[in-house]
Amino acid sequence: MAPETTEVKQRQKATTHSNGQSGPGSLTGAEILVKTLLDLDVDTIFGYPGGAVLGIYDTLFQHPELKHILIRHEQGGTHAADGYARAKGKPGVVLVTSGPGGTNTVTGIATANMDSIPMVVFTGQVASGMIGNDAFQEADIIGITRPITKHSYLVKDVNDLEESIREAFHIASTGRPGPVLVDLPKDMVMSKGVYTGKREVSIPGYKPVIRGHNSQIAKAAEILSKAKRPLIYAGGGVLLSDAAAELTALAEKTNIPVTTTLMGLGGFPEGKPQSLGMLGMHGTWYANMAMTECDVLLAVGARFDDRVTGRLDGFSPNSRKIHIDIDPSCISKNVEVEVPIVGDAKLVLPELTQMMKKPSVDQWWKTLITWKKEHPLKVPESNEVIYPQRLIEQISEVTHGEAIMVADVGQHQMWLAQHYQFNHPRSMLSSGGLGTMGYGFPAAMGAALGCPDRTVFCVTGDGGFQMTAFELATAVENKVPVKIAIMNNGYLGMVRQWQELFFEKRYSHSVLHQSNPDFVKLAESYGATGFRVKTPDEVMPTLKKAMEINNGPVVMDFLVAPEENCYPMVPAGAALNEMVEG
Amino acid sequence: MTQGKTPEQTGFMKHTISVLVKHSFNALSRIVGLFSGRGFDIDSISFGQGQEPGLARITITTRGDEQIIEQISKQLHKVVDVLKVHDLTYEPFVERELALVKVSATKATRSEIMQLVNVFRAKIIDISPETLTIEVTGSQDKVDAAVGMLRSFGIIDIARTGSVALKREFQGET
Repeated sequence: MAPETTEVKQRQKATTHSNGQSGPGSLTGAEILVKTLLDLDVDTIFGYPGGAVLGIYDTLFQHPELKHILIRHEQGGTHAADGYARAKGKPGVVLVTSGPGGTNTVTGIATANMDSIPMVVFTGQVASGMIGNDAFQEADIIGITRPITKHSYLVKDVNDLEESIREAFHIASTGRPGPVLVDLPKDMVMSKGVYTGKREVSIPGYKPVIRGHNSQIAKAAEILSKAKRPLIYAGGGVLLSDAAAELTALAEKTNIPVTTTLMGLGGFPEGKPQSLGMLGMHGTWYANMAMTECDVLLAVGARFDDRVTGRLDGFSPNSRKIHIDIDPSCISKNVEVEVPIVGDAKLVLPELTQMMKKPSVDQWWKTLITWKKEHPLKVPESNEVIYPQRLIEQISEVTHGEAIMVADVGQHQMWLAQHYQFNHPRSMLSSGGLGTMGYGFPAAMGAALGCPDRTVFCVTGDGGFQMTAFELATAVENKVPVKIAIMNNGYLGMVRQWQELFFEKRYSHSVLHQSNPDFVKLAESYGATGFRVKTPDEVMPTLKKAMEINNGPVVMDFLVAPEENCYPMVPAGAALNEMVEG
Repeated sequence: MTQGKTPEQTGFMKHTISVLVKHSFNALSRIVGLFSGRGFDIDSISFGQGQEPGLARITITTRGDEQIIEQISKQLHKVVDVLKVHDLTYEPFVERELALVKVSATKATRSEIMQLVNVFRAKIIDISPETLTIEVTGSQDKVDAAVGMLRSFGIIDIARTGSVALKREFQGET
């Protein structure tokens, strides 16, 4: 929706309110909730009803303009809201009941928290007078989710409800985004209170710094301009701040190479000559070597995660380090940084670009180009066996690199990150921080519901897909055209790879092929389309058929090379330049 | 993470951190939770009403190297209900702790204990045929010293508030 339209719509709503259609104390908590959500431009809720929230569900019944997606398990709801948020750039909204409804959201909230994804989760709660009595379906959900939420609210007065909701959305979506939980006791939902329509939010303890300090930016520009072997290391913050264009402008003006983290994929177009692809544990050989050899490192919206740095004392040992981040606690947490710049990448990067002189990087590029030629990512060729790396390339071809790709967690996630060419922001959705198996499919469904104009592919494994496969019912019911590519190797692939390399091939509880379901029949039983693909020559025709199905999910069961390993690989405890190339 | 080790063993310095928070139901548990969740130590913590209703002052004494203390301070800042975080360690500040110490006291030891109480400018606030309860106020070090001296008489019970502290104001040119 164009911003102008939104503005007009919001103004109309405000006018409606000032006409006095809702006098003080005339709305139930449930009505205030729905009215506030609509005013905040929420269009989709992922939810599951239950005793404590029946009042809200009754109100939703009267408001078809607020689309409610009935997920089949609350975990699927939080992942779907997460996928929606990552793809669309708006907070995902979840509504669940008290007790088990709340506890089932925990994995999804923790996933969003680790990757700084804006999300607001409404949980029902037992009536305020019952709290603490071990009432039916009571859980201290605020306590349970405290370490995995950015903030939380327990609404104790229906007249505070609207303000709490507005604050929750503000906190979730500003600064370093994250999930916020709002706990709604049953009596708050039913009793009557005031809706003010007042949009301004003022939270005294919460003022994220968005403008970078000018002299720090100048210092960074000076160091970078004189660099001989500079490198930009871009993380998920670039996407969260919508700063992909600003980052691209900096790299193009200065010709500084860019490597992205898993979370940063799409933050810099991989088709550009400056791209070195992804770095880290399964990053490209040349990105990891560039990180080790660079003399100035500019980190943007990245947090020096252990999967990126490898062994810390071997991480980029000779570089002067500059770090742009909106969260001061990310700076110098794992790696000491010389020039910290606290601010929003979208505002800081253009200032930095403007102050920069082009560094002399020709010699550096000669080295990098040689590395790229000598150590490319490897794609095995075969007419008999489907290799997962080649399969990703084919998905890249069939979608022209334009799809939203959603990964589950494991080998397939790394192959997707390595072999799909990401050229657009918000096109690679993946549980990076928490590494949540079961994330992929429901997140893909949320992304597709948020961005109906884009093709959405879920690349998953036979293990991960089974963790949340029941959401096929949701996808079928809502005609969500997600293309699900299962890389079925009959193993928990990444676990098996580690067992092969570090536990002398003792495949302890990582073998699935004797017990996997027939994924085609599984899909069909939900009313979805299923294809089984056994040979390389069937791959392209199947992908093309899947691209033509737009009225529901397609499950493609690709029987891939069972014991293929993911390389390059930085073994645990090794430095980035100690990669195993396979 | 450093529980049970002395500052000499860890090389960690003691820090007194003063935190002004919105007095909400969740603020204290969020703060305590971030210490346990991230493996930071709390040596003492005190919580009480702040300068105006709706505000609370939390004083935490903790230990760590520079990097740990910087993380503690930054993580505290991130808590939405936190308004101000002040590490008092590097500037003049006043610090007090109150301890109630119940010791065994017989006729024979009573006067010796009372002398000690005078030395520490402490007070006797309860007396029974077998015990004395003493109120000691002062810096954490002074309270530690008083408790140490009283130990030989047999400490029955102890209750300490943890430090409370405020920055010292400018005292004129020196």
